[in-house]
Amino acid sequence: MGEKSRLCRVWVGAETGILKGISPAKKQAFNFSETSSLSRDQEVRVLCWGDPAETEVLVGSVNGTVRTFSTEKGVFTETRQCGDADQGFFTGLAVADCGLVTCVETGRLRVWREESSSPVVDIDAGKNVCRMRQNAAQKNRVATGGKENGLKIWDLERPDTPVFTAKNLRDDWIGLKQPEWLRDAAFLPDSDKIVTCTGHHQVRVYDPSTPQRRPVLEVRYGEYPLTCLSLVAGAQSVVVGNTHGSLAVLDLRKGLVRGCLKGLQGGVRGLQCHPTLPLVASCGLDRFLRIHSLETRALEHKVYLKSRLNCLLLSSGALGEEVGGDVEEVKEEEDELWQSMEKVEEKSKRKAPEEEEEEEAAVEEEEEAVEVEVTQVTNSKRKKKKKGQK
Amino acid sequence: MDVTQVPLKQFKGKKKNIKMNNKMQKKKRTPQGENGNVSDVEVVETKPVLTPLEPMLPPTFSLSEIKNKQRRHQMFMKLKQDKRKQKMQVKKTRKKEREALGDKAPPKEVPKTIENQRVYDETTVDPDDEEVNWYYLNGCSPFCLNVVLCVIYLYLNSNLQVAFDEGTDEFSSYFNKLTNPKVLITTSDRPRGRTVRFCEQLATVIPDAHVYYRRGLALKRVIPQCVSRGFTYLMVINEDRKMPNGLVLCHLPDGPTAHFKVSSVRLRKEMKRRGKEPTEHTPEVILNNFSTRLGHGIGRMFAALFPHDPQFVGRQVATFHNQRDFVFFRFHRYIFKNEKRAGIQELGPRFTLKLRSLQKGTFDSKFGEYEWVLKRHEVDACRRKFVL
Repeated sequence: MGEKSRLCRVWVGAETGILKGISPAKKQAFNFSETSSLSRDQEVRVLCWGDPAETEVLVGSVNGTVRTFSTEKGVFTETRQCGDADQGFFTGLAVADCGLVTCVETGRLRVWREESSSPVVDIDAGKNVCRMRQNAAQKNRVATGGKENGLKIWDLERPDTPVFTAKNLRDDWIGLKQPEWLRDAAFLPDSDKIVTCTGHHQVRVYDPSTPQRRPVLEVRYGEYPLTCLSLVAGAQSVVVGNTHGSLAVLDLRKGLVRGCLKGLQGGVRGLQCHPTLPLVASCGLDRFLRIHSLETRALEHKVYLKSRLNCLLLSSGALGEEVGGDVEEVKEEEDELWQSMEKVEEKSKRKAPEEEEEEEAAVEEEEEAVEVEVTQVTNSKRKKKKKGQK
Repeated sequence: MDVTQVPLKQFKGKKKNIKMNNKMQKKKRTPQGENGNVSDVEVVETKPVLTPLEPMLPPTFSLSEIKNKQRRHQMFMKLKQDKRKQKMQVKKTRKKEREALGDKAPPKEVPKTIENQRVYDETTVDPDDEEVNWYYLNGCSPFCLNVVLCVIYLYLNSNLQVAFDEGTDEFSSYFNKLTNPKVLITTSDRPRGRTVRFCEQLATVIPDAHVYYRRGLALKRVIPQCVSRGFTYLMVINEDRKMPNGLVLCHLPDGPTAHFKVSSVRLRKEMKRRGKEPTEHTPEVILNNFSTRLGHGIGRMFAALFPHDPQFVGRQVATFHNQRDFVFFRFHRYIFKNEKRAGIQELGPRFTLKLRSLQKGTFDSKFGEYEWVLKRHEVDACRRKFVL
């Protein structure tokens, strides 16, 4: 199991409760759950890295358990209960300095320490929370939001009041309240800004550093609810996916559509851009994991994973090259291969210049000589042609 | 002026015709041997006109380059005839060869169709899959259905022993014999003649189906009422210009919802050689060719429309046959004539369905999450790729 799990670059959680690892380079997918003890209670809702070295994957299930999966050993090493199943499924999972941060649909945002079974911090983030996201730069800042529940940014060290509460848009011209439905959020690196996508097909940018609590930018994309978003590494753009399976890259400077990623057949549930490479992985209800290139917008990999997929986790290394002892061995083998191939190359090299060919042809068999003649003839023809052209 | 011109033209045309006729007559005469000298001369005259045509043709000559329409047509017909002749000859020789070889003849070639050239779909359900064959591995029999349904099931999923995914999906309560299907059939608002009759006839095919008048109600309001009254399916037939053209099939209480295009609807009255009205026995169900993962889902959806135990006394069969992503519905009565032969008689109605989308959850076209959507212009235009 360990060998398999070390190969995997992409981790996917399925509706059937299976954690799947995929190695796009080797075009292999593995299941890391016992198929005999499957049940729908274990439906994987959230995934996150347990440590910065990416040796542990935390798997949040519907029944309120968080399992730790070791990518080195390839087995589940630890199971802990974080809340009950009746409090709703997980909408977010993160590891902060103060402990494990979980958030459930009913709005309980909690921080768990390893030693105690009861939460250290318990925040009520309001009802119908659709997503909780952590700020990658400041680990103790998280954002929550949901249906009729605006964006809130919490500081886990000061759990009493949110650091930032977004304000809804102004009522429309008839005086009706604008509906709110945050579906996903992400912190923009190197700034306080946060980008969200909504169920009413809007992408919004909030800026907590300014006094304005309403969004500083709003973009509409398509006509179906946006389900998830992911920031493109090193670019001022964001990838969003909707319930009809259309992915688009939006520019955050002016709010224009940069391009669409094609090939999806069903709604998107999980979306993540690679932290360094121009790649984006998406999974969803059509049971496929797809990896698109952001430069060409072409489909690079497509893997059928047999059950509906809920969430996705990309490792920060390159997808193509494997890290570990196996790779070195492979390289050595390759070197040997090249060494063995050199001889062949020499032969072909000898053939190229004409004079050598003649000499060798005399020494070697007649058949080859014939070949050489033919080549010479063709060469001379070419020369003639060239002359003619001149 | 015009009046005078027209007859002139006509006259000219006639003249030409007359000339042509003369030529034809002369040509005809030649073989008969009348006026031998004259005819010979004429032939000599005409021949150089006709013969150089063929050698003068450039190598890349196409018939469409001929500018005279009559000539072009003539040449084209000739070409066609030649082709046909060649074909028939080849066919004849091949047949003769086959007959000469007798039993040793090579097997007949199977014609290439876009169906048997189908591009392999990686979602095709594999029989030896752990994840799929969960029940099978656990040693449970998939269902305790009676023989025919099992046979049908084997047919539907010749390689499927219920998947774990399938075993625990929304239809599992039906397939575990916990619920009995109860179907509500309704239409788009204010249906007209054909659609109304179509609904009525569907209700005779599906046991325990209730036709309700829509009364302008919103589906999202109808669904909770249906659930509270124990319906397991909501079937909405859409109508456009008096013709049924859409079908929304919503499994209750928690989805999925499929949206089909309906075409070629033939009601009982419009059918030739149809049998007497169907009886109230529960029919058997045949599901053909639902092979991919999506196809399985759709097949299960159709299967769950009908009660578990068919009454064989009725000898009625409802067939959902999938071919090239079109699902053909037929309703038959059969009879065993002797040990080898069976006769069938169509009872109607018949119609064709094509899947437009499959949505998770009950009907919610605005905020629902779609499991599969037909994207006609986005998916690569391979005609040999099928989704069901």
